[in-house]
This record gives sequence, C-alpha cells and structure tokens, in this order.
Amino acid sequence: MRKVDLSIVGAGPAGLAAAIKGAKRGCNTVALDMNPRPGGQLIKQIHKFFGSREHHAGTRGTEIADTLLHEAESSGVEVMIGAEVYAIHDNTLEIAQMFGGDSPPSLSGGATTSQSRPLSIEARQIVLATGGAENALNFPGWTLPGVMGAGAAQTMSNVWRVLPGERILMVGAGNVGLIVSYQLLQAGAEIVAVIEAAPRTGGYGVHAAKIRRAGVPILTSHTVVRASGKSRVEQAVIAKVDASWRTVPESEEKLDVDTICIAVGLRPNARLASLAGCKFDYSPSLGGWVPIHNSRMHTTVPGIYLAGDLSGVEEASTALEEGRLAGICAASSLGKGRVGDSKEIEAIEERLLSLRSGPFCQRLQDAKQKLIEIGEAQCPKE
Amino acid sequence: MRVVNHPILGDLSPARMVKIHVDGKEIYAREGEPIAAAIAAAGITIHRYTAKRDEPRGVFCGIGQCTDCVMVVNGVPNVRTCITSVAEGMTVETQHGAGRGER
Amino acid sequence: MSQRVNSRGYLSQQELHSAPGYPSHERLEKGPVVAIECIEEIPCNPCEQACPQHAIIIGKPITNLPHLDEDKCIGCGLCIPQCPGQAIFLIDLPYLQGAASVAFPYEYLPLPKEGQKVRAVNRAGEPVCSGTVIKVQNPKRNKQTPVVTVAVPRKYATEVRGILRSRR
Repeated sequence: MRKVDLSIVGAGPAGLAAAIKGAKRGCNTVALDMNPRPGGQLIKQIHKFFGSREHHAGTRGTEIADTLLHEAESSGVEVMIGAEVYAIHDNTLEIAQMFGGDSPPSLSGGATTSQSRPLSIEARQIVLATGGAENALNFPGWTLPGVMGAGAAQTMSNVWRVLPGERILMVGAGNVGLIVSYQLLQAGAEIVAVIEAAPRTGGYGVHAAKIRRAGVPILTSHTVVRASGKSRVEQAVIAKVDASWRTVPESEEKLDVDTICIAVGLRPNARLASLAGCKFDYSPSLGGWVPIHNSRMHTTVPGIYLAGDLSGVEEASTALEEGRLAGICAASSLGKGRVGDSKEIEAIEERLLSLRSGPFCQRLQDAKQKLIEIGEAQCPKE
Repeated sequence: MRVVNHPILGDLSPARMVKIHVDGKEIYAREGEPIAAAIAAAGITIHRYTAKRDEPRGVFCGIGQCTDCVMVVNGVPNVRTCITSVAEGMTVETQHGAGRGER
Repeated sequence: MSQRVNSRGYLSQQELHSAPGYPSHERLEKGPVVAIECIEEIPCNPCEQACPQHAIIIGKPITNLPHLDEDKCIGCGLCIPQCPGQAIFLIDLPYLQGAASVAFPYEYLPLPKEGQKVRAVNRAGEPVCSGTVIKVQNPKRNKQTPVVTVAVPRKYATEVRGILRSRR
C-alpha cells in the first residue's frame, strides 16, 4: 500500500493551497481529484475576481488555477486526476481510479479497461477540500433534460465549450445566478429572464447591472412553477410569490425556453467528511451541514483537516487562505513546521478577517466564529 | 452547439478528433473531452431513461456528483459521462433503468 | 417600498448622485471624467491601483466605496477595464457640438467597429437613442476587457451605458 505524509482530497484552490504549503515544508504530498482536470471551480470562472491585489483581484479564475497548478507541480506535489476517494478509515483513503480514453499515465489506461481500478493510500495527515455542491429545486418537470444546475451550465459553456441551450431561464439571482447568466450571454445564449423568489437580488449590484444593461430582465418575487416538454424543456411557467412565499396563480406567465438553470445556493460537499466520521453542525449561513472545525482547520477526527467551501461556502479567496492554513498546520503536526509558521498563520488569519468584512459578509463571519468556537472545544489541538 | 468564438476564451483551438459510436451513430469528439460534451455538441440531451416510468434524464450537475448523466459505455452501465473522457472507438449507449437488461 | 439597486438590478438616479464615485454636473461640463457606479461595500480595490493620477481613493478597509477626486481625474479611462464589476464609465459631455461620448467595458462578440452605427442602451438595457462607435480599444493591458466609446446626443450621456448586442 502506498504511504504518504499528506494526502489532499480535492485539487481546487483550497486543496492546492494546502498541498503547496505541505510540500514546501518537506511533506510527501499527493492531491487527489475526481475530475478530468484539476483546479476545482476556478477553471470555469472566466470573470475577473474582486478583492485586493494579494487576492488576485482583476485576474480571471482560469489564470489563478493555472498559476496554482504550476506552483503545486514545481513544489513537488503529485496531482492525481480521475481519482475519486470514496472512503476514509484509519488514515487510509480508498480510491477509485476512473477509466477514460486516452488518459495520462496516472489514470487507468485505455478504452479497453472496463472497471475503475482500486487504489489505497495511507496518509499520516489528510486535508479534505471537497468544495461545495449545488442545491436543487424541485418543481414539476425539474427532471427533464435541459434543467440543470447553474454550475453545470457554466461547466458546459466555459470548460466543454458547448452551449447548454439557446433560450435560458435562470432561477436565482445570487452571485452564481447573475455571473453565470453573464457568461452564458458571452457564449452566445439568450437569457430570457433571471428570476428570484426573494424581493431583492442576493448578488452584487454590479453583477446585476451588467446583465440588465445587456437587456436581461430580472424578476424579483418570482419563482418557477413547472417545466414542460416532450424529451427536453420546451416551456417554463413562472409566477409571482406573495409575502408568504406562496405563488400567485393569476400571475402565471409562460416562457419559451429550452434550458432552466437552478442557482439556489451551495452547500458543503460533505459526504466524504461524514463517512470519515467528522461531527457536524447545522449553519444556514455557511450553507447547511458543516463539519465542525477549530481555528487550525482541524475536524473532530484526529489527523483530518479541512479547507475551502467544505468548511462553509464562501469564495475562492477564503478557500486559498484556509487551504494555506490547513497545509501549514498539517505539516506542523508531522513535525515539519518551519520557523515563522506562527507569523504566517497570523497573517493568514488577518487576511481572512478582512475578506470576511463588510455588510455582505457579517452573517458569514459570525457563523464561522460560532463554528470555530464549537470546534475549539471538540476538535483535537494538533 | 460548439462555442467556436468566445470573447474571453478565444477561438476554439483545433483538436485531434476521435470517433465514438453513440447508439450506433458515428460522432466525432474532441480528444480528451468528456463524453457528455461530445454528445451535447451533437445535439443529444437524453442520456438515459428511468427504470420505473421510462422518463428521460440528462446532465444535471455536470461534475460527477448526481449520476443523472450516466450511460452504458463500452458495455459498462452507470458510467458518469460528464467526467469520463472520450476514447477512439468507444461505444456509448442510452441507458435504460440500471442498464443491466433487467427490464 | 423604495426601489433600490437590488430590487431593480441597476442604480436609481438618487443612488447615482449620492455615490462618491459619481462626478458633479460642473465637472461633467468641463470634459472627460469617469463615473464609478459602485455603491456596495464589497472588499475590492483594483480601481484605486489602476489610476495613475491617484484620483480614486478607497484606502482601508477595502470595503470602502471608491471616492472620485474629480479635479485629479483627467479622463484617461485606464480604470475602466480594471474594474471587475464593470462599473466604471467615461463621459465626455462637451465632446462635440451637441454630441457627448460615453465609454464602457464590452466583453461580447462581435466587437463593434469604429464608425459603426449602433442603438445605445440605458442601464435597463432599453435602447434610448442612436449612436456612432468612435473608438474600440482592446490592448493587452486591458486583459481581454475591450472598451468601446460611442458618440450620442448630449442629453443621453448620463443614461447610455451600453449598446444593443447584435446576433452572433
């Protein structure tokens, strides 16, 4: 069985940042990702990031992914793609290496392989960075082809370079709904409408403004009632919602669409953390059930850290910082810490605080604080 | 429909094409892309039919988490086409139910 | 209920005029100046770092709204492509007799061509007047955010923020 110092599950911004910190401190580090390409959600973010210069403001997510990957590789991190961790027990990760065509050597080889190949890795320390998962919205017709998560539409358009559809209804006007709508416009689709059940859009005003001046209607206090079509979406019915969130039947409106994107929030992608035995807390501001962790990003299970959206749905910038923090702490617990680590940790915590400041983030900041307080009591110190 | 020109991503770069068979039909896919991308580009949106009610299903999450996009690939059922890359000569079939011919 | 940016999706006249990044009418009359239509406290400051005249001030914390020093602003427009929110516009009210020019970020295809006649739109995406494209700039430093300048009848300069996109 393969033995490593540090194993990271998920090679998105949080996972790669953790891997880089670990590898630079001399840990034999492997980062595992189930997708055909590493970089997590960054590889689809073709818009310029907000924030400050040190947080790559003004840089597109796709470039940040390239930079991170390059740094990971030059730091000696082994990045394995097509490697899905399906169980963790006693510090052993059980992995299914998925088959697929002309794949690079670290994947199972060739079209003749019919099953995924099993692999076990024993890791002295583990960092879970499995990210967030999109929430679904159930309405009659939601199972029709053409109804998909906004993230799926973004993947299709920005990674696969295929239009998910030509006439799109976007359900949800948070940042994901607004940004993906803009990106689908850029790819050549028409956004027939963005609807939002709340009386106000949830995302940044500037994201809404971009699509409004592109002619996209944003209808607040509206929801989708049903979708219909023979073998794919052909029509959506939307309606106003009243103050009690009930639809107003007289307000129903038919929309001629071939795609419905659901952008109703993300939750921590925590199935593996749960399988690994982590204890959870329910925190709506962080996306739902979140694994309990302390200020050192340690979960309730000895030897398992976490970082990124798994620890509470936020941004790529916080994912990067949490990843760095988890990587430094994991390395330290292996006796591979460096002089200056405590200063670096302090600087990371300061940057996290500043990223979580402002009216958009107050509830999130409070929720994180509360979770960490629980973690301080329940999680191992090292 | 392929997005050939994109204001940020630029023009679609040329790629080696591989031939795959989807329900007996020949489709040319871009080397390295997920099966779901190739069939979406070919205008196919139905990946499978459900076991009980024979209802169509297609891509939902796009990143291997929901299993709505599974098809029978090279005779193996329940393959997540959104995260599995194409290969020369691959056969891809619309899955019915659990794909093992129980119905 | 007051119509605010987050129920309509774009700024009202009142929100605009009280924005610290929006220039006064007197300054607009003098010549090219930017309008920073950013009124939410998001941690973000590339505009401050983009301005060679140091005419945009955010300071710390970076959630502060961008403040425009309209006397320092020379209307160069270097900040326009740097704003991740695409919220900065350049207005030249006295551009020509009767015509003003408005420059805006434009990340779509096809890019319009200089000299092209267009339908100019307001913040709600409604066409309000005809215009002519006088400049399309897409240098490397813009990092793939082209800036389009259109000439429009003067009275529409404070409304026009884009153009109708043509079918691809």
